[in-house]
Amino acid sequence: MTDLALDITFGALVLAMLACGWRVLRGPEIADRILALDTLYVNVVALVIVLGMRQRSELLFEAALIVAMLGFVATVALARYLTRGDVIE
Amino acid sequence: MTELNPWIDGLVALLLLIGAFFLLVGALGMLRFRDFFQRLHAPTKASTLGVGGVLIASMLYSAATGRLAIHELLITLFIFITAPVSANLLAKAALHLKLPSKAGHPERD
Repeated sequence: MTDLALDITFGALVLAMLACGWRVLRGPEIADRILALDTLYVNVVALVIVLGMRQRSELLFEAALIVAMLGFVATVALARYLTRGDVIE
Repeated sequence: MTELNPWIDGLVALLLLIGAFFLLVGALGMLRFRDFFQRLHAPTKASTLGVGGVLIASMLYSAATGRLAIHELLITLFIFITAPVSANLLAKAALHLKLPSKAGHPERD
């Protein structure tokens, strides 16, 4: 039953990432694109974890942690760049 | 997954499906809402809950298959702490850029 649920989760994640990619490409404002990139990072974390569950690999959890940290740092840096015009003052 | 308890198996599958549903709802909300301040709602709440469901399913699965994993708890805590912070910074950036909002001003209307 878990295998079927993993397949369904893969499909839902593909659809969600396609929606995020559409918003990255066609977002009317720059903040929309940054928000879509942040959501894309969250979806990639879930995708890597589902892949780790399927392959029974422990290495992929560290990859998911690194992706989560990079996503947070990237979102904070881009939002600060929009607000202040500079990342590190 | 040959010797997995059927109750644990069903619970892991249910948590995975709940997580997938909320991730899909978050992305669809970001796709369908009309302005940025509406779009900010969907990913920051629904996607955080969705990835939390997937992480809890993974934690339960790895605990049932023999190894107790703390990594997933770490990722869950990290995402639950950082998602509101990044949403707050994005909202501040949008207010700074004076993005158009479909909602009326409460004092002027």
